[in-house]
Amino acid sequence: MLRYALKRGLSLAVSLVVASLVIFFVIEVAPGDPASFMLGLNAEPDTVAALRSELGLDQSKLARYLSWVSGMVTGDFGMSYTYRTPVAGMISDRLWVSLPLALYALALSTLIAFPAGIYAAARRGKPGDMAVMGATQLGVAVPNFWFAMILVLIFAINLRWFGAGGFAGWDKGFDTAMHSLTLPAIALALPQAAILARVMRSALLDILGEDFMRTARAKGLSRRQALWRHGLRNALIPVLTIIGLQFSFLLAGAIIIEQVFFLPGLGRLVFQAISSRDLIVVESVVMILVFAVITVNFLVDLAYALVDPRLRSRT
Amino acid sequence: MSRNLLLGALLSSLVVLAALVSFIWTPFDHTAMDIPSKLQRPNSIHWLGTDHFGRDIFSMIMVGARTSIAVALVAVGIGMGLGIPLGLTAAAKKGSWLDELIMRANDLVFAFPSLVIAILITAIFGAGAINAIIAIGIFNIPVFARITRGAALSLWEREFILAARVAGKGAARISAEHILPNVANLLIVQGTIQFSLGILAEAGLSYVGLGAQPPTPSWGRMLADAQTMVSFAPHLALIPGTAIVVTVLGLNLMGDGLRDWLDPKLRVSRQ
Repeated sequence: MLRYALKRGLSLAVSLVVASLVIFFVIEVAPGDPASFMLGLNAEPDTVAALRSELGLDQSKLARYLSWVSGMVTGDFGMSYTYRTPVAGMISDRLWVSLPLALYALALSTLIAFPAGIYAAARRGKPGDMAVMGATQLGVAVPNFWFAMILVLIFAINLRWFGAGGFAGWDKGFDTAMHSLTLPAIALALPQAAILARVMRSALLDILGEDFMRTARAKGLSRRQALWRHGLRNALIPVLTIIGLQFSFLLAGAIIIEQVFFLPGLGRLVFQAISSRDLIVVESVVMILVFAVITVNFLVDLAYALVDPRLRSRT
Repeated sequence: MSRNLLLGALLSSLVVLAALVSFIWTPFDHTAMDIPSKLQRPNSIHWLGTDHFGRDIFSMIMVGARTSIAVALVAVGIGMGLGIPLGLTAAAKKGSWLDELIMRANDLVFAFPSLVIAILITAIFGAGAINAIIAIGIFNIPVFARITRGAALSLWEREFILAARVAGKGAARISAEHILPNVANLLIVQGTIQFSLGILAEAGLSYVGLGAQPPTPSWGRMLADAQTMVSFAPHLALIPGTAIVVTVLGLNLMGDGLRDWLDPKLRVSRQ
């Protein structure tokens, strides 16, 4: 297990280094000098030069890459070109909106998908199964930001159960904050729940055909008992992968959903940064998102190996 | 042919037809503003109503279909055009450093959700349909590379491939002449799915302003425009959203139906 973890850990480190190189150099080729952009068209050349050296833009690319990466490791993401405040602080403020939103959505999606998938698998081919499958087919086709607008129309404008947007802030109390994240989380969760329910159903159906399930039935367990005691645990492996993958979709999807609900999360930050050419913020947010995706996939790989010992020897 | 396939094909061809017809005819000029008749609900003159500038929504939906289909189609083209050769090469050189390199590069691209790629590209080159295509297209490459490699690997073990090798054919020729035709079905099905994901991605990118720019109509931007007016003109949001759902649903049903239809093994197991 340790060897497997080390091997995966090494591949995680390599992925992170390559990703940081790609992000840094892709942003480097961006036309336009941030210093001239900040000072405007009429700036004196020596003022621009002074600002360039203050921002560290006069150093070589390699030196800047190394200082960016070593800074990130110690939690120093540099200074925002536009706001002149530490990027790390800006990101961590926003992360407190985006991350809870993604996790809330992940929890909702799992809560909806598990019962739906199990129900459909247990009633394969019957009307209940067909209804769940029809609903998931629709769920996959609905763009989450459109679903979000419909939710606002129904629950905020017509029923007035929720606010139409904005974030109360965690200092107003956990309940109030979660309340303002509820509609966004539902909107994010629905399409993912549809996918997860389908995976859960098909994983269970695959397991139901296995020999050990027949043995369980022969032993005298009812279909339902066999499903709960032996089927579910084995079906969890493919489901776990999808949950891992979904986390990255939810985090990226949060960027769009935040626009619908005017939430002050990473999405708002990155779009503001793009429009003001605050490239250091863009590259840091992108790096955070990619870091989250790569790390979650690494954790899923480890979780796999814990659940299924066969995988440890295979790789 | 299954009901899914028929329904999916019907819905998809409806959208394609709307896009094609829009080249020669739309009920109104989709850019023509007519402020006195703004924000009309669907009626006999404006079948799907008008927006806040009095533009005809039906015409905008028809022309918007063009944008959605074009972006998604080219993005799938990029994904297939680069992903399939990469997947075939990786399978032909299984276990070599080239295989390893291709697959690790794939993993890396997977770590960048398509929206993040789009953000990077827009940060550099600015927003626009072309950049949206590139962003969605790049994300499609590893999808096709993986599927192709996975399917090709099992084929390389088969006797008819061995026969081709004995006959003196090289890896490239075997890949093109024997492997590719045998994985084509799988790729067509995946292509349909990626096409529908491309439509969704294009809508999302246009919604946040990273996709097609005005005056090119796009369903995503129609939704963004509708957002502030949803309380008094809900049809502005309902109609473009329904267009997206119908298109994606149609393509997904078609993909499912095609898979069942093209794969005889599945057909038997379902019975």
